[in-house]
Amino acid sequence: MSRTAREAWDVVVVGAGGAGLRAAIEARERGMRCAVICKSLFGKAHTVMAEGGIAASMGNVNEGDNWQVHFRDTMRGGKFLNHWRMAELHAREAPDRVWELETWGAVFDRTRDGKISQRNFGGHEYPRLAHVGDRTGLELIRTLQQKIVSLQQEDHRETGDYESRLKVFQEYTVTRLLKAGADGDSAAGERIAGVFGYARESGRFFAIEAPSVVLATGGIGKSFKVTSNSWEYTGDGHALALLAGASLINMEFVQFHPTGMVWPPSVKGILVTESVRGDGGVLRNSDGRRFMFDYVPDVFKEKYAESEAEGDRWYQDPDNNRRPPELLPRDEVARAINSEVKAGRGSPHGGVFLDVSTRLPAEDIKRKLPSMHHQFKELADVDITAEPMEVGPTCHYVMGGVDVDPDTAAAVGVPGLFAAGEVAGGMHGSNRLGGNSLSDLLVFGRRAGLYAAEHAASFPGAGRPVVSEADLEAAEAEALRPFGAEGGDPAVSEELAENPYALHQELQQAMNDLVGIIRKGPEMEEALRRLTELRARSRRAGVEGHRQFNPGWHLALDLRNMLLVSECVARAALERTESRGGHTRDDHPAMDRRWRRLNLVCRLNGDSTEPGADPLLGRVRLERREMPPIRDDLLALFDKEELVKYLTDEELTS
Amino acid sequence: MSYDAHFKVWRGDADGGSLVDYTVTVNEGEVVLDIIHRLQATEAADLAVRWNCKAGKCGSCSAEINGRPRLMCMTRMSLLDPAEPVVVTPMRAFPVVRDLVTDVSFNYAKAREVPSFVPPAGVGPGEYRMQQEDVGRSQEFRKCIECFLCQNTCHVVRDHEENKPVFAGPRFLMRVAELDMHPLDGAAEAGIDRKRGAQEDHGLGYCNITKCCTEVCPEHIKITDNALIPLKERAVDRKYDPLVWLGSKIRRRV
Ligand SMILES: Cc1cc2nc3c(=O)[nH]c(=O)nc-3n(C[C@H](O)[C@H](O)[C@H](O)COP(=O)(O)OP(=O)(O)OC[C@H]3O[C@@H](n4cnc5c(N)ncnc54)[C@H](O)[C@@H]3O)c2cc1C
Ligand code: SF4
Ligand code: SF4
Ligand code: FES
Repeated sequence: MSRTAREAWDVVVVGAGGAGLRAAIEARERGMRCAVICKSLFGKAHTVMAEGGIAASMGNVNEGDNWQVHFRDTMRGGKFLNHWRMAELHAREAPDRVWELETWGAVFDRTRDGKISQRNFGGHEYPRLAHVGDRTGLELIRTLQQKIVSLQQEDHRETGDYESRLKVFQEYTVTRLLKAGADGDSAAGERIAGVFGYARESGRFFAIEAPSVVLATGGIGKSFKVTSNSWEYTGDGHALALLAGASLINMEFVQFHPTGMVWPPSVKGILVTESVRGDGGVLRNSDGRRFMFDYVPDVFKEKYAESEAEGDRWYQDPDNNRRPPELLPRDEVARAINSEVKAGRGSPHGGVFLDVSTRLPAEDIKRKLPSMHHQFKELADVDITAEPMEVGPTCHYVMGGVDVDPDTAAAVGVPGLFAAGEVAGGMHGSNRLGGNSLSDLLVFGRRAGLYAAEHAASFPGAGRPVVSEADLEAAEAEALRPFGAEGGDPAVSEELAENPYALHQELQQAMNDLVGIIRKGPEMEEALRRLTELRARSRRAGVEGHRQFNPGWHLALDLRNMLLVSECVARAALERTESRGGHTRDDHPAMDRRWRRLNLVCRLNGDSTEPGADPLLGRVRLERREMPPIRDDLLALFDKEELVKYLTDEELTS
Repeated sequence: MSYDAHFKVWRGDADGGSLVDYTVTVNEGEVVLDIIHRLQATEAADLAVRWNCKAGKCGSCSAEINGRPRLMCMTRMSLLDPAEPVVVTPMRAFPVVRDLVTDVSFNYAKAREVPSFVPPAGVGPGEYRMQQEDVGRSQEFRKCIECFLCQNTCHVVRDHEENKPVFAGPRFLMRVAELDMHPLDGAAEAGIDRKRGAQEDHGLGYCNITKCCTEVCPEHIKITDNALIPLKERAVDRKYDPLVWLGSKIRRRV
């Protein structure tokens, strides 16, 4: 008999970043009782780290902007692999989502006429990113946090309890989604019934029953060695969805941000915001050359400056000049930096130079990029107002994610499950534009909350899916395994216990080296072999101590998720024999229009035949799926000459 | 350029604990949090610590290093004397959960007690107009990463558990100031007096402007000078001369 405490709510949101909090606000405002669960403290989710801004075509700085232009930029950035409907909804709704934040107390930087200021960013035709210096994510998450508090204050006035309708379970980790059959029986496992996990502080288990669960768990970057992502990014939501029978798409597309810190080693990977370039910073190699002019790909030739002089004029006069190539989409810039370093033209610590010091007065730099100034000074002893920074690519964002319905954010194939934010797939295609994540969080977070509330409301009282005792016991046993790990106990296994930290480091190294920014078939096959081996060894990941706030135990449990998600990335990347956006194949360097129509869909391989296969660790199966054709009026937003670069002839004629 | 450092890390839980000695490698450029992580990966897998961003942006990794409240991720090892032991202890003003992790729920409770932003009546989404110079102050306060180091340091609560129920602490008094200085906050029209609230509900009177909070703020926010003192002045204005207050409010609006 399980001793896990159960609670019942209408909607459970897993994740308290931008997507999760926006979803929770919506669900609560639609009258549902909503529980939010997050691994860190409230207000510390990854969203807090976002720097540059939030993309929305408000047209405050350039009136030429509108949703159609934003839509076009987004599709180009994603090399037309985006789900067009998501890109459309995103572009249409982003301005309302930003304005709404002001009514909740957000204080963005202002234009001269008192509107929200907007800045330039890679791939965006007009200045489009609403921002607060370079700490936009902090503003976003704090505003949503404070909106949640204000709703709790309303509830307190009415019910005497702040948490009667909206409660944040901070420092709780979900390890399983729970399902139930139509008749409340779990074996059939048709629909979502709740979540299971542990409280980090006490190590105690919990289960929350709810007909709707929204995944808003963010990304997967902790599977790579050099990353801008925090410990939270172990791909939990991606793995939870897979294990619950949902599918993932576009997992081969991982964004390597071109500018991460490279020195000193302990900060390697920490992000240097793209605003540095948006505000005038330039990239140079060891010869002092602005090498990006040598890397403008054909599809973008007409849109970018051909000379430094033209690029420089653009900052003042964007209508008569083209933008500098430092502002190409991230995949292009990251590849270019990689090539320069490989060609021996890198900086002393294996990056290239990013310089604002010769481009802007010191005072402007401190005002526009305060946290970059602070970060370099404190962590690298570099004064960015006086000398260049050294930067190189860092794993930053995963375009792939849960396969969802574009309008409702409902996960395909699992009734009651929804996904929004970085954990959802489709919106960004093969490459995300900077600033399009924060807006994505709000647009689809709201939609997920809305439809999760509707779904929950269709189960009034009795008839709700019920979590079975057997499922709870299985989830408990799985979570406790690291304490009685097979290794180290001669009765169970000859081999020694494995250190979860060491396993994690090996995984990161393998993904970084073999499925990183530039990929090759044989290397990815090697990666898959290593993943299999790591999966076997991870069964023996053991921990000491007790369950109270024990990071070794937490990591041992996270390994399951990282291994599963890494396998998706490696398998899909091996399968896609072309280069597009965040997926670059050395052995297939060209973009292939025939691949444009195809999504690779990952599912859990239910009937694994591997001897001794561990059903809990699972394995992944790939499927090719054709994308729905882009709606005519949206296609009409592009010139024919541009479309032929992306679409096949049949697509263009039909 | 590596060397072996002597660390003394507090290990324990609510029932008690003690400093534990470790000898651990330090490499060039590392911060205290790197060393804590190295301990986890090598000899203390269950050492409890909070962190997220490792870049001074999330405010998770607060602790006391050689008795000084600091972010572990922004404390360079090169600032510390390699000959001396490095003593890392949890924040003192909050109950210990385990090792370096403390129970900071006090802060979340205080956050709930500050009346929220009141959207101005009749101004719809997209219609907000504010000048940069008028939002600068609120923006300075909104740089707060909620590391709670100021809350941990302020002597009103650091060793005075009894003051906790009546004192919101510098971070949340600053929140009151932030909202009070927001050019479009409609609290007054809605009958909420933020200044009086600061005095009567949040314990502004306990603050005797020692500036200890300002000194530890990793965001370099001038909490005392820019938030607390002006709030005190305004509260006084409000108490003795409502007309002065009204005038200042009207002036700010135009
Ligand atoms: C340094 C940096 C700068 C960036 N700058 C920008 C920018 O300027 N503009 C932009 O648009 N994008 C930017 N991005 C990307 C953007 O910040 C992220 O994609 C986005 O914040 C993700 O938000 P989210 O709501 O999906 O998830 P997150 O904010 O990451 O939140 C995930 C939540 O899920 C919780 N969670 C995860 N797993 C579990 C589990 N098992 N159980 C319970 N809870 C769980 C976590 O605790 C957390 O609360 C940046 C990213 C980084 C790293
Ligand atoms: S200035 Fe006031 S709030 Fe700050 S530490 Fe001193 S007494 Fe506390
Ligand atoms: S005001 Fe400064 S010290 Fe206080 S919580 Fe905020 S960032 Fe930390
Ligand atoms: S880890 Fe985020 S502030 Fe230190």
